[in-house]
Order: sequence, then structure tokens, then C-alpha cells
Amino acid sequence: MSQMKTNGTQTRSFGQRMNALWEYANPVKFMALSGKVLPWIVGLCALTLIPGLIWGFFFTPEAANFGNSVKIIYVHVPSATMAINIWVMMLVTSLIWLIRRHHVSALAAKAAALIGMTMTLIALITGAVWGQPMWGTYWAWDPRLTSFLILFLFYLGYMALWAAIENPDTAADLTSVLCVVGSVFALLSRYAVNFWNQGLHQGASLSMDKEEHVSNVYWQPLVMAIIGFGLLFVTLLLIRTRTEIRRRRLHALMARERMSDA
Amino acid sequence: MIALLIRDMRLAMRAGGGFGLGLAFFLIVTTLVPFGVGPDAEILARIAPGILWVGALLACLLSLDRIFQLDFEDGSLDLLATSPIPLEGIVAIKALAHWLVTGLPLTLAAPFFGALMHLESPGFSWMFVTLLLGTPALSMIGAFGAALTVGLKRGGLLMSLLVLPLYIPSLIFGAEAATRGMAGFNANAPLLMMAGITAGSIALLPFAAAAALRVNLR
Amino acid sequence: MDFSASLTADTLTVTRGGVPILQNVSFTLSPGQVLILRGPNGSGKTTLLRTLAGLQPPLAGRVVSDPETVTYGAHADGLKATLSVEENLQFWASVHGQTDITQAVEGFNLAGLVHRPSANLSAGQKRRLGLARLLVTGRPIWLLDEPTVSLDVASVALFADAVRTHVAKGGSALIATHIDLGLKADSFDIGPYKADPAKAPDSNDGFDTDGFEGAYL
Repeated sequence: MSQMKTNGTQTRSFGQRMNALWEYANPVKFMALSGKVLPWIVGLCALTLIPGLIWGFFFTPEAANFGNSVKIIYVHVPSATMAINIWVMMLVTSLIWLIRRHHVSALAAKAAALIGMTMTLIALITGAVWGQPMWGTYWAWDPRLTSFLILFLFYLGYMALWAAIENPDTAADLTSVLCVVGSVFALLSRYAVNFWNQGLHQGASLSMDKEEHVSNVYWQPLVMAIIGFGLLFVTLLLIRTRTEIRRRRLHALMARERMSDA
Repeated sequence: MIALLIRDMRLAMRAGGGFGLGLAFFLIVTTLVPFGVGPDAEILARIAPGILWVGALLACLLSLDRIFQLDFEDGSLDLLATSPIPLEGIVAIKALAHWLVTGLPLTLAAPFFGALMHLESPGFSWMFVTLLLGTPALSMIGAFGAALTVGLKRGGLLMSLLVLPLYIPSLIFGAEAATRGMAGFNANAPLLMMAGITAGSIALLPFAAAAALRVNLR
Repeated sequence: MDFSASLTADTLTVTRGGVPILQNVSFTLSPGQVLILRGPNGSGKTTLLRTLAGLQPPLAGRVVSDPETVTYGAHADGLKATLSVEENLQFWASVHGQTDITQAVEGFNLAGLVHRPSANLSAGQKRRLGLARLLVTGRPIWLLDEPTVSLDVASVALFADAVRTHVAKGGSALIATHIDLGLKADSFDIGPYKADPAKAPDSNDGFDTDGFEGAYL
């Protein structure tokens, strides 16, 4: 009996802690907190991204068989990592919106989409630029490249749907449903594309057993660049979400204005 | 439910060329490809499964916006939404009606159009089987796209942008199964994957589409 | 079908385009009652009817009714131009699990038109067909939005008769209209329920202005 009681209290306190977390989904709290945190994140981002890239570009040895062009991985790999992770983040925030109806969540997904699309585009373009000296072609219908092209199309559709719908709540609902369904199909496409063509692209450059793929000299600045890109994403995301919240509030105020005029 | 199916079929017939338009479009696509690629029988035979699949997919896309748009505009969708039939059921029935009017005729016609593309005789049955198992997914995914864009003024183009990426897995597995099958390889894996996508779409997408419709009706 | 169903609006706040338009609307529509919904254009009658019909969620409050007892008659009749009058009615009847459409055909004087495609009907005839649909649903609660638009005097009388028969059986109707139907009816004016932008519970966008300024800029 007493055992059960303890369990009960624990669950409650955990629930309370979770509730405290959800409070930051309130636009007012989010604005206050993000405004305070933002300068620090910008600083951290500058401290990792800039040295990471400089280190990678200028202070790593040229690889014997790759030449100078290998250094593009310091942009290519981080942007590709971000491209996928941003979609996952959008999936999570879309689900939060659909289940818990937190507006900040929906707006964060909206804000992330353009960043994600840009990252995908950067990954594709740097990949093409790198592919030319490496494989002698800008484009190959290799599974990885193709998957990224497909991911780009998903970003495009998602953003187009946001842009097409006037009512912000309707737009948030429909894009969230699209994001959830799209994620399933994006995953299926990934498998389908693998099945369809075994490609030229090397395996994942970064994995737990990293020594197999890339030596330490390249790996350390790469990790730094990836962290830098991650922080860059967080910075841009916060700024864009803040803008979206303001725009949303403007929308609410204008709607109210129209109503009191009527 | 059956009444709704009958009504939708009847409307498609009377709207002038319910079956005809999609098929005619399919025919035109298959006719245009050799003009672009050249009359070389070998090349045509090799790309035939892919062209037939892409043609079927585009023909299917053409009529998607009619699944909900007309009912939305004339108020029927409001009345259907308050009727005893669950909205999920309405979506499923409308997707079925769309398939009967476009997917099924395309499937039946594909072997004949395949002849235009110098498809070898084992290819006929492979095209038939892959399209038969794959086109229901095209209609169901399309119904989802149509549900998302039903309230929009110019939703047609946007819908293509949303729906076509969702067609990629079905297209890849479908065309791959047909290509492998007619080359005499084992095509079980892609065929099963495609059938799985179709089954999964039919089972789950009505819920997503109904949710989208509810949002668009309010 | 059980015809003794009632519908209650309980401190309902309804929104249009995310903004509250009516608030604290409360009333009960009892079996056998006709309630005329009054209010100027744009005051939210359609929004209220759609909310009551379950087509859109209320921002606050609730609608107490069995959705299976309510049928909604909108501006648009939901008719298919290429189907005949009979096919249109037959379709809505089967959707609602009914088979008999003769009463609806006779009640709205459509007998001479049954085989005509509804594309060839006049506006008033289409409206009559749209109203005849109400009878084939077999549902006791009618929520009607401007049902008499484009009806001539004789047709308005037909409609009033149909409503009378309906309530005599225990059905009820909530009708948004500007004309006098000559029915024994109660009146419900939505004017007093107009949402006050300053006091309305903030729209479902959650962007309450209170305390927001501090977080800006």
C-alpha cells in the first residue's frame, strides 16, 4: 500500500516537471526566454562554426587521392546532417501541435522548413561540386543524392502548403498532417531508392566506428563544424520562430480590429 | 456507402468521358514518348515499363482534384460530413470510385499501350499485375492530397506538388517489379513492397484524409 | 427514428476565421419547437448553425445533442446537376438509411419533375429539391440557413407546411430567416451575444495580448 503511494507521488512530480516544461510553449514565455538565450547561442555558434571551418579549410592536410576538393566536406556533411535532422524536428513539432495544440510548436515547424530546405540545397550543390572532380560527373542517380533530391521536394511541398492557406490555424493543421504522412513516405522513398540503385556514394562518413571512414585529422574539425551548423540552425530557428510569433500576433490583432469595427 | 459509390460512378460517367479522358491522356503520353526518344524498338522496349508507369501516374493525377472539390463547392461535402457515414468511409469510397474510373481502366489498357512501346509478351502480364496492385495506392494517396487542398482556390498545381513526391515509392517498386519480371528475374521483393504500400495506404490514409477534410470544412 | 431529440447550446462561443464572433450563447431547442434565429447579415448566424451541426468546433462551451439527430440545410443545396431530381433524393435517402422518397416529392410539389436533371431546374425548384432532402434524412432536428431564398410565395407556404408537419411529429427546427413564415414559432435574437473583442476569451490562436508586450522587441 505504502509502496503504491510512493509511486503515485513520483508520477505526479514527474508530471509536474513535464508541465513546467510545457509552459515554455506559451508564446509569451517563449518570447521572454528565447530573447534572453539568443545572444548566448549566437556567441556559441560563432565560437564553433568559424574556427571549425577555418581549421577544416586551411589546417588539414590534403588527402592524397582526393586533393583539395575534400575540404568541401566541412560544409557538405554538416548541411546534409542538418537537412535530415531538421525534417525530424519538424515531424516532432508537428506531432506536438496536433496532440497538444501548442502554437509555438506549429510556428517552429514553419520556421524550420526554410532552413531545412536551404540546408538540403547546400548539401546538393556542394555534393555536385565535389562530385565533378571525384566521380567525373555533377549528378548521379545514386541513392543518397536521389534521397536528398526527394527530401528537397518534400520541403518544397510543405512550404508551398503553408504559403497557400490563409487561416494560420488551418495551415498549421494541414501542414502538420502532411508532415506526418510525408515522413512515412520519405522513409519509404529512402528504402525504395536504395533498392533501385546501389550507388557510388561512400557510406556514412561519420559513424560510431569513425576510424574506419575518416581519420582523426579530418574528423575533429568536422565534428566542430557539425556542432557549429547545429547551433547555426538553433540561432536561425529562434529568430524565425520569434518573427513568426510576432506575425501571428499581428494577424490576431488585425482580426480583432476588424471585428470591433464591424 | 454503396449509394455514394454508385453516385460517384454515375457522376463520372455523365460528366462526359469519365473513363475516356484519363485513357486518352495515357494514350497521348505513350504516343509522345517515341517522338521524343526515337523509334528504336530496343530502347522503347527497355523504357516501356517506366513510361507506362509514369503515364499511368500522370493520368491518375489529372482527375484527382475532382474527388472532393465539386462536392465541396456545391455543399454536398457538408451534408455528407453530417451524414451517418463516417468521414473516413466517405474518403475510402471516393478513392475507390476514383480508382474504378481511372486506375482500373488504365490497368486494363496498359498491355495494349505496351504493344505500342514494343513491350515483349511477358511484359503485358507484368504491366497488368504491377498496375493492378499499384494504382489503388495512387488513388488513395491522391485522395489524401485532394483532401489537403480542397479549400484552396487554385489547389490543382499545389496538389501535384504535394502528391507526386508521395508517389515515388510506388513508382519505384512498381516499375522495378515490371522490369525485373519481364527480364525473367525474381520480382517478388519489389512486388511485395508495392503491395505493402498499397495495403498500408488503404488502411491508414483515410484517417489522415478525413482529418484534413474536417479541418477544411470548419 | 426517435423523434423526441433536443439540442442544447451551453455557453457557446463560436469563431469565424479564428476570431470569436458570438459568445455565451445558450438555448435549448425542444421537440416540437420552431426557433427563428434573428440577427443582421454577418452577425454569425451561419457560423452558429455550422457549429451546432458539428461542422466546426466551438471555442468554448458545448453543444449537447446526438449528431445523428441533426441535419443541416445550407445556402448550397448539395445537388448534382447531372443527376435527376429522383436520383438526387434517392441518394440522400440511402445515405441516411431511408428508402421512401414519395413524401418528400409530394411535400414539395416535385412530382412533375422527378425525371428531370437538376441542371434544368429553376433556382426556386432547386431550392425546393434541397429542402425536400430534409425529409428524406429522417432526422428530427433541422438547422436551416435562409431556407426561403429564391422561393415564391406558394413555395414558402409549402415549406411552412412541411415544417408544421415535421414539428407535429415531434421534430424541431432552428431557422435563420428574415421573412415571416407564418409559423407558430419562438424567436431567438443573437444580437446580445455578439462577442466583445475586449472581453472575448482570446481566439483559439492562443495569442493573448495580455502581458505580451513585455516580451516584445
